[in-house]
Amino acid sequence: MNEHVERQIALPAATPRASYDVVIVGGGGHGLATAYYLASRHGITDVCVLERGWIGVGNSGRNTTVIRANYGIPEAVRFYQRSLELYEGLEAELGRDVMHRRKGLVWVAHSEVGLRAQMARAAQNRAYGTDTEFVGPDRIAELCPDLDLAGGGAYPIVGGTYHPRASTARHDRVVWGYAEAAARLGVDVCPGVEVTGLVRSGERVVGVETAAGPIAAGTVVCAVGARASAFAAQAGVRLPVVTHPLQAFVTDHYAQRIEPVVVSSDLMIYLSQTPRGEILVGAEIDPQPGYATRSGFDFLAGCAHRAITLLPCLRDLRILRQWGGACDMTPDYSPIIGATGADGLLITTGWGTWGFKGIPAGASGLAELIGTGRVPELIAPFGLDRFARDRTCADRGSAGTH
Amino acid sequence: MALRIDCPRCGPRSVHEFRYGGELRRPPDPDWDAERRLVDHVWMRTNAEGAVRERWFHAFGCRRWCTIERDTRA
Repeated sequence: MNEHVERQIALPAATPRASYDVVIVGGGGHGLATAYYLASRHGITDVCVLERGWIGVGNSGRNTTVIRANYGIPEAVRFYQRSLELYEGLEAELGRDVMHRRKGLVWVAHSEVGLRAQMARAAQNRAYGTDTEFVGPDRIAELCPDLDLAGGGAYPIVGGTYHPRASTARHDRVVWGYAEAAARLGVDVCPGVEVTGLVRSGERVVGVETAAGPIAAGTVVCAVGARASAFAAQAGVRLPVVTHPLQAFVTDHYAQRIEPVVVSSDLMIYLSQTPRGEILVGAEIDPQPGYATRSGFDFLAGCAHRAITLLPCLRDLRILRQWGGACDMTPDYSPIIGATGADGLLITTGWGTWGFKGIPAGASGLAELIGTGRVPELIAPFGLDRFARDRTCADRGSAGTH
Repeated sequence: MALRIDCPRCGPRSVHEFRYGGELRRPPDPDWDAERRLVDHVWMRTNAEGAVRERWFHAFGCRRWCTIERDTRA
């Protein structure tokens, strides 16, 4: 907590001026990183980031911090591989320790079908440029000796994949690192400023309304996370986004023991041990849409039970806290980045349960689009128009759990 | 506490008995052409924060569809 207080003091909260080249709405990872890349890569510093709460209040501070590129479609593998590489250089770039740790990721299979899926994932990942190997139970036991290969009898581990470059980073530090670096380059980071509407001139979006008056903008970027649908609707833009809660919990702190991130699709669970020693456990999104970020006992009981099925050594650990986030899910489980169809309004949304790992690639891609006026190849597949063009990027099997 | 869905035939039951069937659709905008109406119907959602009306299928109950009202902030 002290760390956060210091950082808030270190970052002067700017009061927005009446006009900017680029107004970014939403002070989470994507909004702040987009501002940083606009300033650092494209020399566009007449930028402000408006956040109604404090920066990183939403999913940027609620996610489970896994960075990986072992996706199931070529477009996503390339995109997340780029993001993973940018994360690896982030501490040097921002001049901040973001606690980036390479941990490796073990994705276990419990059935013949699951095994074939992992085999295909390894082959496909290698073909499209990320490092994923198919591994048998012996290798999995070496990578994470605490795993119960019998899976409590019902979920035997018959093999899986190992993704050695998978990492974690401290999410608050990533957010604050981008915010500080952007502010150093002249971006106004404005927490406590709520955007109440859009200013339009004819069909074009030319600014935003706030409690303190309108702010004119050459380009408005919507990076509001879970609430993108209502925001875009103000410009007459309809989104294929449905907001679902996602819950997670951590145990108390224990000695470092579990090295890799462990994932099981059948058990709808993934877990890792944080640098502080907590065991962090996350699950599937809740079945019903919702914006509440409360977390309930039935989630905790079910998720803890499934975690113990994989790792019996967790049985007696104490749970420290649980929480929820509101995830902007898309029907194809891929993000939406770029043009909205409304002039002057760009969007970065549909970050569902894969937003943290996508921050550097998504934000640098969007900044390049603003800076050059051209859609970079890396984010081109993820435009909103893909739904009307019947070119969706369906990858539920890779993104659904984390 | 888990969400409870009030099935008109079976009464309030755990959300885990149901399958979510999507928000109740609004009528298509008459100014839109057929293509845009189709794309909107297939993909686009209002995704309201607050009071919503949505379809649920009571899979582990009466196995009938129902429309319920709910607050997505709750």
